[in-house]
Amino acid sequence: MIWLIFAFGVWGLGWWVNTRLAAAPRTRVTGLVVPLIFGITLIAIWEGVVRGLEISPVLLPAPSMIAARFVASTDILWEDFVQTVIKGALSGYVLGCGSAFLVAILVDRYDFLRQGLLPVGNFVAALPVIGMAPILVMWFGFDWQSKAAVVVVMVFFPMLVNTVQGLADSSAMQRDLMRTYAAGYWATLLKLRLPAAMPFIFNGLKIASTLALIGAIVAEFFGSPIRGMGFRISTSVGQLALDLVWAEIVVAAVVGSAFYGIVALVERAVTFWHPSQRHS
Amino acid sequence: MIVEQLKDATEFHRVEPVISAKNLDLTFQTNDGPVHALKDVSLQIGKGEFVSFIGPSGCGKTTFLRCMADLEHPTSGEITVNGVSPEEARKARSYGYVFQAAGLYPWRTIGGNIRLPLEIMGYSKHDQAERVARVLELVELAGFEKKYPWQLSGGMQQRASIARALAFDADILLMDEPFGALDEIVRDHLNEQLLSLWARTEKTIAFVTHSIPEAVYLSTKIVVMSPRPGRITDVIESPLPKERPLDIRDTPEFLEVAHRVREGLRAGHLDD
Repeated sequence: MIWLIFAFGVWGLGWWVNTRLAAAPRTRVTGLVVPLIFGITLIAIWEGVVRGLEISPVLLPAPSMIAARFVASTDILWEDFVQTVIKGALSGYVLGCGSAFLVAILVDRYDFLRQGLLPVGNFVAALPVIGMAPILVMWFGFDWQSKAAVVVVMVFFPMLVNTVQGLADSSAMQRDLMRTYAAGYWATLLKLRLPAAMPFIFNGLKIASTLALIGAIVAEFFGSPIRGMGFRISTSVGQLALDLVWAEIVVAAVVGSAFYGIVALVERAVTFWHPSQRHS
Repeated sequence: MIVEQLKDATEFHRVEPVISAKNLDLTFQTNDGPVHALKDVSLQIGKGEFVSFIGPSGCGKTTFLRCMADLEHPTSGEITVNGVSPEEARKARSYGYVFQAAGLYPWRTIGGNIRLPLEIMGYSKHDQAERVARVLELVELAGFEKKYPWQLSGGMQQRASIARALAFDADILLMDEPFGALDEIVRDHLNEQLLSLWARTEKTIAFVTHSIPEAVYLSTKIVVMSPRPGRITDVIESPLPKERPLDIRDTPEFLEVAHRVREGLRAGHLDD
């Protein structure tokens, strides 16, 4: 009972503080503090309700239990992180986005590719990853290579479409200008069309960053060596070790946010000139 | 006197003109049927002239300019720039083109934008820096080299785009309503600057506008055009001296030329 009262108390307190902060003029500090208080309140209520109602840890472990497991299993979590994120997701991301970028330049240059490849790409993109993953595991083996392949399939098309669209984004006047300089294909590509495409390219990179992690984790459900985040999640559920599952989810959430954040930071540095990024 | 000589040149082809169009026709195929943008357009522009093209929208003045720049291709007729076809002239980088909007690349600084044609044309780094400094001085933008276009006013952006067209060695300047989007005060100032720039650089300038005072103030020759089909209705040799302070616009000579331009424009509309 005391835990339930604690939960409601924290709820009330968090609510009161945040409404007062949100009503005040927005500053850098409140911009950080408000979501922080929101998150802490949510975790405290979770803790209180789980303990107060004595919910089985199999259904929902308390945050403190997840934290304890996290600290106790850092070696396992690190091993899984390296296997899934670094080897599977990141290599697939680099390979998939890189090849999509190069193909986009070809598609943009040759119209028959645009007409032939883009519809096929659309078709491939519509294939569910759940269906593709077992086949790719069969082709590329249990280790990270097959996970990277799944990631490549998932990120390739969004990156391709965005880059192709970006390359077509320069205005008629800008292209006319390059024509008056008698600029060739490469000069026009490097000095006008690629810079103009950057906002689109980064849009593709951001979409791909979230897809990469999903792909790498889900692919491990269909066979993997005895490490990896997806492997750990599926086997720990079988062992009713839900605290470890949640610890892996925490890692995935943090990694996913950090990945997205890094891409967004690079975007801000590269496309500082775009109206959506200007601060002066 | 000079005007007389130019007329001789036009009629007897004794001197090779900078731009020469003969019986130019251009028809655009659109969804609403063919549009006759240019019909039987003939014109000669001599070296060092400042020629304005004026007329209502749809009269083909911009299309004509784009034909000179090899951005449009006439359906029939002949046009030469510097004695060769527009395509060869474009590939020889013999003209600078100024568009209606400044069209500066937002990811490049003002200096970077002016360097753009120089990089493409393969000028040395040292030469690039020297030229950027010189043309920025010419359009009174010295000190703005490291600013980005979006940090400048519309008038300053347009001046930067003129500097960009002046940076390389082209002796022809094609300008398509460069000051159309600017307010009157900025426009007056830029017109004055453009005249002094023309006097200093001795370039041949073709200038599209829809402002009568602007055309009369700037030009040695005014070409009046009218729409449907786009054609030349009058060519006026300006009697105004080369030295032109802004208040020349209140003199009787100026008003007389302006009147003739207005009459020409009206005549073009009679058959509507």
